[in-house]
Amino acid sequence: MTLGSVPPKFKVSIDRDQCMDCGRCIENCSYGVYRREGDKILIESRKCTGCLRCVAMCPRDAITLTEKPVDYRSHPLWTREVREDIIKQACSGKIILSGMGNARDLPVVYDHLLLDACQVTNPSIDPLREPMELRTYIGKKPSKLKFRKTESGEVELETKLAPNLKLNTPIMIGHMSFGAISLNSQLSMAKAVTELGTYMGTGEGGLHEALYPYQDHMIVQVASGRFGVNIDYLERGAAIEIKIGQGAKPGIGGHLPGEKVSEEVSKARMIPIGSDAISPAPHHDIYSIEDLVQLIRSLKEATEWKKPVFVKIAAVHNVAPIAAGIARSSADAVVIDGFRGGTGAAPKVFRDNVGIPIEVAIASVDQKLREQGVRNEISIIASGGIRTSADLAKSIALGADAVNIGTAALVALGCRVCGNCYRNLCPWGIATQRPDLVSRLDPEIGAVQVSNLIKGWTDELSELMGAAGINSIESLRGNRDRLRGYMLDEKMLEILDVLPAGA
Amino acid sequence: MCGIIGFIDRTKSRMDGSSIKAALSLMNERGSGDGAGYAAYGIYPEYADYYALHVFFDNLGEPKKKVDELLQQLGEIVHQEEIPTTPQLGIKKVHIPWRYFFKPSEDLMSGKAASEKDVVTYIVMEVNANVKGATIFSSGKNMGVFKASGWPEDVANFYRIEDYKGYIWLGHNRYPTNSPGWWGGAHPFNLLNWSVVHNGEITSYGTNQRYVEGYGYKCTALTDTEVVAYLFDLLGRQHELSYETVVKALAPPFWDDIDRMSAKEAELNKAVRLTYGSALMNGPFAIVVGTENGIVGFTDRIKLRPLVVGENGNRLYISSEEAAIRVLDPKVKNVYTPRAGEPIIGRFIE
Repeated sequence: MTLGSVPPKFKVSIDRDQCMDCGRCIENCSYGVYRREGDKILIESRKCTGCLRCVAMCPRDAITLTEKPVDYRSHPLWTREVREDIIKQACSGKIILSGMGNARDLPVVYDHLLLDACQVTNPSIDPLREPMELRTYIGKKPSKLKFRKTESGEVELETKLAPNLKLNTPIMIGHMSFGAISLNSQLSMAKAVTELGTYMGTGEGGLHEALYPYQDHMIVQVASGRFGVNIDYLERGAAIEIKIGQGAKPGIGGHLPGEKVSEEVSKARMIPIGSDAISPAPHHDIYSIEDLVQLIRSLKEATEWKKPVFVKIAAVHNVAPIAAGIARSSADAVVIDGFRGGTGAAPKVFRDNVGIPIEVAIASVDQKLREQGVRNEISIIASGGIRTSADLAKSIALGADAVNIGTAALVALGCRVCGNCYRNLCPWGIATQRPDLVSRLDPEIGAVQVSNLIKGWTDELSELMGAAGINSIESLRGNRDRLRGYMLDEKMLEILDVLPAGA
Repeated sequence: MCGIIGFIDRTKSRMDGSSIKAALSLMNERGSGDGAGYAAYGIYPEYADYYALHVFFDNLGEPKKKVDELLQQLGEIVHQEEIPTTPQLGIKKVHIPWRYFFKPSEDLMSGKAASEKDVVTYIVMEVNANVKGATIFSSGKNMGVFKASGWPEDVANFYRIEDYKGYIWLGHNRYPTNSPGWWGGAHPFNLLNWSVVHNGEITSYGTNQRYVEGYGYKCTALTDTEVVAYLFDLLGRQHELSYETVVKALAPPFWDDIDRMSAKEAELNKAVRLTYGSALMNGPFAIVVGTENGIVGFTDRIKLRPLVVGENGNRLYISSEEAAIRVLDPKVKNVYTPRAGEPIIGRFIE
């Protein structure tokens, strides 16, 4: 190979004075960085992904990781990443695969939005002492109510409500399939959402038996590969989501590398063991909006119109009119996944270049639905790069009903965002099916961690609302009056319909 | 801050504005001299079938020409005149208050089936959003709003408020905090026969504004209160909800309370909250709304602003302060403070 090797990404070193030679680093590193030769632990830094498993497990804090110990000659255009991608492709002639979300250093709109608080003229509300309502209903709502008088003169509601999901907090966990992640990861999250009174998605991977006890809090997914879909699956879910697209890879279908298709995964997904599960780019029964309408109705018919049906789309340039089209179908919610959305495996060129930020997508979808008078017809669920309770609050203020988190929940389980999810080697037992690795994640403990995260965010959201003098989530939703833009250009402010700070 | 008053005589026996002026002035500690106003119903019996459009003109040239043209295009001006005023030391006359008595012709709205009220609403939105130098601040039948920047007694004397006799009166003493003290920003806010006086600050304004603007209303007054008039028009007139249900939508019971209700009642309240979540008004407020059929007073869900009710025979008084009610009617009986979110409704006796 004339190209030789590229510089290692990390340099791993052990402080030999601190090291007690326990060998936990060797045991824990599934990427094979450490090995024992004689009485010495040797290090092969090149294999390191920066997952920090060894650092977390070292009882003596003896391990140090340095990023980019050897770098290329710096160049503003020909970055290290660009050069390495070229080298990789010159060697392989293939599409470059990547994991997690968009890794480019692009400005984050959330970080340029500031929230409001009360001073003097209206009192802030103290959530420790006053009621604070975060309860959120996801689904179709009538645009007006009709009442009738009964013979006895009583007023009675004539309008019938469509089935809605009741969330105790406007935070759900998005769709990460069994296959992409381990059963223990799904179990951890399922236990957490059940305890908290919210929901999670199954992803396009069927529903493993072990999750049946939590099925009332799980949203089942119908994606273009139709993996795992049968009537039993549909009937078990609290709601059904049709996945058209995903923020990490708009325009293409799901990828599950064959390495991750274990026996259990193959059963849940109904595919052969070890086969790559590459979902088609489009649904082959949806070539236009009217086909989607039919699929929604078919799923509703199949489940006797008892379950809300969501449609998930990637935030692409035309997201607002697409969402408006979906709002005119029988769909109950549109899930919009921004370009920072995570994934187990996606072509890097898609992950880093296709789609638009979730912040602007929420703003333009909410605006379009209102202009067309169909905002009540459908709930907006936002996802793709929601990192904190502040991102959550800002999403709702821009117009979302609730958010889906993905990466944040995985980080709560141990994920360090190393981005190697597609390799089946996740040393945290999250994005892997290798039984020895999966067993590292205890679902009981994982559930506590995930639920702690959502509780913490929920409390922070309550505090932010209280400070803004708002005691009900409805009054934060679409309340862009309580947002200000900081260092955003005029056009961006116009699209977000937010005033600049100071105005 | 701000001080508010609502009055109704259920038998439609009319009262002149002098005692409302006295009662409102009593609450000057609640104001700052930056705005005051009155709404009176029953004041134009001779033009009762026509919409009384009260307009602030910056001058009687171009702005008036445009409003005249629009009105003539969409109906008939039966009578028009400058609203009589008396100069006051405390008031700088920055606008010329004008009134039209107007009859919309329904068939003139191009290609759109509309009622008289839709035509008038359209005119109000169009003028306030697009005609520079003109603001329609009152557009009901047999009623009118009189407001300006200044103390309540000056505004009353400016408009000679004691010359008007009404069976509903609203009054407002303003301490502006979230918008400039301009004439259009003074209360009451009005659309058709809905008039609103409000003490407080609506923290959900952005949500409410987005909601009503989705139905063609345009918020142009730079202050939160106007959205209340549009919410009442949307829910009360267009959606035909009862006043009780409108208040339930704007200041609904908490979920914890709904969960404790009977199944049927809980379903109804849940339906209201789900359907009208964007109409829910948050933040501190006490509000009195004047309507075609009476007055409606209510506060926010945790009652962060005062509201006192008094009754005497056919008369119902609602105010920020009991003292103001006692100025209006020293013999008032049954004075009480309603619970948070509880609607206080005074209707005419048929």
